[in-house]
Amino acid sequence: MTEPPAAFAAELVGVSKRFGPVLANDGIDLAVARGEVHAVVGENGAGKSTLMSILYGLHRPDAGHVLRAGRRVRLRSPADAIRHGLGMVHQRFRLFPGLTVAENIVIGAEPVRGGRLDHTAAHRAVTALADRYGLRADPSALVGDLPVGVRQRVEILRALYRQAEVLILDEPTAVLTPGEADRLFEVLRTVAATGVAILLVTHKLTEVLAASDQVTVLRQGRVTGRFTTAGTDAGELVHAMIGRSLTPPAPRRARPPEGDPALDVRDLTVRDADGVARLSGVSFTVRPGEIVGIAGVAGSGQRELIDSVTGLRGGTDGVLLDGTPVRPGRDPRVAYIPEDRHGRATAPDMSLAENLLMGGQRTLATRFGLPRAAVRSRGRELVERFAINTASVDLPIAALSGGNAQKAVLARELTRPSRVIVAEEPTQGVDVGVRERVHALLIAARDQGAAVLLQSSELAELRELADRILVLFEGRTVAEFGPDAAEAELGQAMTGVRG
Amino acid sequence: MNILEWSFLSGVLTATAPVLLAALGGLICQVAGVFNIALEGQLLWGAFTAVVVSDLTGSAWAGVAGAAVATLLFAGLLSAAAVSLRADPIVVAVGLNLLALGLTAFLMRQIFGSGGTYTSPDLAGLPTLAELGLDVPVLGPQSPLVPVALLLVVAAAWWLGRTRSGLRARGVGQHAEAAAAVGLRVGGYRHGVTLAAGVLCGLAGAQLALGNVTLFSEGMSAGRGWIAVVAVMLSGVRPYRLLLACLLFGIAEAVGFRLQGAGLPQQAADAAPYVITLVALVLAAVAGRRRRENA
Ligand SMILES: Nc1ncnc2c1ncn2[C@@H]1O[C@H](COP(=O)(O)OP(=O)(O)OP(=O)(O)O)[C@@H](O)[C@H]1O
Ligand SMILES: [Mg+2]
Repeated sequence: MTEPPAAFAAELVGVSKRFGPVLANDGIDLAVARGEVHAVVGENGAGKSTLMSILYGLHRPDAGHVLRAGRRVRLRSPADAIRHGLGMVHQRFRLFPGLTVAENIVIGAEPVRGGRLDHTAAHRAVTALADRYGLRADPSALVGDLPVGVRQRVEILRALYRQAEVLILDEPTAVLTPGEADRLFEVLRTVAATGVAILLVTHKLTEVLAASDQVTVLRQGRVTGRFTTAGTDAGELVHAMIGRSLTPPAPRRARPPEGDPALDVRDLTVRDADGVARLSGVSFTVRPGEIVGIAGVAGSGQRELIDSVTGLRGGTDGVLLDGTPVRPGRDPRVAYIPEDRHGRATAPDMSLAENLLMGGQRTLATRFGLPRAAVRSRGRELVERFAINTASVDLPIAALSGGNAQKAVLARELTRPSRVIVAEEPTQGVDVGVRERVHALLIAARDQGAAVLLQSSELAELRELADRILVLFEGRTVAEFGPDAAEAELGQAMTGVRG
Repeated sequence: MNILEWSFLSGVLTATAPVLLAALGGLICQVAGVFNIALEGQLLWGAFTAVVVSDLTGSAWAGVAGAAVATLLFAGLLSAAAVSLRADPIVVAVGLNLLALGLTAFLMRQIFGSGGTYTSPDLAGLPTLAELGLDVPVLGPQSPLVPVALLLVVAAAWWLGRTRSGLRARGVGQHAEAAAAVGLRVGGYRHGVTLAAGVLCGLAGAQLALGNVTLFSEGMSAGRGWIAVVAVMLSGVRPYRLLLACLLFGIAEAVGFRLQGAGLPQQAADAAPYVITLVALVLAAVAGRRRRENA
């Protein structure tokens, strides 16, 4: 039997999947052709990851089936999917921190010679792949020691090593800097040109428009639009995604910041365990009613700065909150929206209601303990107020989609009685609708007199929100810009080029 | 070197072997992410079944094989409950340790007619290498299981570093979700190591009851399985470090034995190896961490 020439590389037909009360996928049809980059977009919780997991054998659909090159296949596990030529780069990395890059890539399909692992062949294969696609990664480095951008490359190399003919990428750019993301798209183009079908899940419409051939839009588990990229635009996609158009950004601040600085960073120097300065003599202030943005390429001292301001690095005289030094631990005077959503920001296995309360438990505690009913009703109130989409406040927060988990973190932090807000990549991995909402919340907090420190790798976000943008480079503040700075200017300062 | 020192070294190896065999079982479990604290119970069960089979058949080797099989089955309880049914492995292991203690005491009365200690002329002990014609210093007076234990350390290191299944087991232990995502059968590896650890504990028990001595007494594992657990945790899952940790226990026990000869009260001599080993292992771990932090 020859396969019909017009068959798609992979096809999902009438796929439905229910998680308890949530219908995550509802009769979805999706087809991707060889050599095509097919973007899958949709709000947080629209069902994108669920659909991709079904295609990769991680979930079994309640209804519907999967065709691979025109033939029906049963995918009961990732092992089945791999056998059928599918590869996946997961939204949350699935790498082994204690194994080397080469081991991470070959594991599951290791080269063996005479009954033993052939390390040399593994290294050679990895190097060859890395050269071919320009994805550089040292084969003998331990993955646990690598920055996220490189880890991402390892995941992609793994799929390429397995010679995936259908490559699924679930939000691959959420953790990448803009430069790394562009590089990734070039690679995807090269890979697609060899006849691989690529499914790309993302929230960023600019990426969709730049990198894909076809777009499928999901909303609440259904397909709400199919477009050819060349024939569509951002407005049309947004409309299909959220069922309305975005409201134009709020007008810039109504009143100028006033009063004494709520956050005063004075000549702050931070050294790491080896005594190397990660921050040198950083000084700035944030006044109530002001958003100060922090820009910089990853690893320029952002982590150290934020950990110092929140007190997580211990007390220091270099950081003053309302005139007094920051307290060690987590200073309660600072509301903190961490980047690491399932590490720092939430306790993934605890319920949404509990996560919403953390840090504020004293307000509800009685002499005898923490009344469950009060915890849940407070949870429900915040869910309502911040439009968190969830079946119940008792669900572990890890079961929420990324954007809804992020809204929960914001709900918790913005309802603290803190005058200083530190937001770190607050819209990473969230959809345009949530992004708009997060921005509105930060602006509202500012207008109510909060001093906001905003760190973001997205320049557009900084320019949209910040009243001033400080650029960090190698642990120093090298430049300060107003909100109307050009991206090119900012980019130059971020790479240490003086203008 | 004089004969006294040879015999001391020999005593060290004798004391090390059962702990080492059990600890190797614990190590491979740890590698694949199964925290196995049922070593003590399995060691005791292995010793008991070795004695029963040897006593019935009159063959020490049948005893070794019987212990291996019986402890494999015993470990099957752990792997069925903790891997298949996803029960908490700690809880299950605690249960199994208690079960082994009670069951051996009970069966001992049923089979041998009395509790306490059982020995008999029918009970065949393992031959020494010297008896088998390999009369070399240190190893000569040992049972063949002692060199086997040492070779298994090398084999474990080779397995972990050089083989496909070793790499996969490490992957399963480090990140089970990731292992599933690259197509590995997480449960399969975990069953495998748990059962293999059962066999190793069976050998450990046989060595203890038919090699070190030729008898069974209630609770004769006497904490060796726990020492093995500690050795695994402090070895950083590296087989050669595990060997060092177990040798330390062997040395401490051999020293305790000598001291008893020199007039130390028996209780103190019995306790000495455990105290010395734990203190030394903890100090080594602390020193190791200091070194890493300073590096
Ligand atoms: N394992 C699970 N258990 C319960 N509910 C789940 C589970 N996985 C997903 N869901 C629910 O299914 C819906 C779809 O989730 P999914 O992760 O597919 O969304 P998504 O489109 O990938 O969102 P995001 O952009 O935030 O990653 C959500 O409402 C989510 O809460
Ligand atoms: Mg997702």
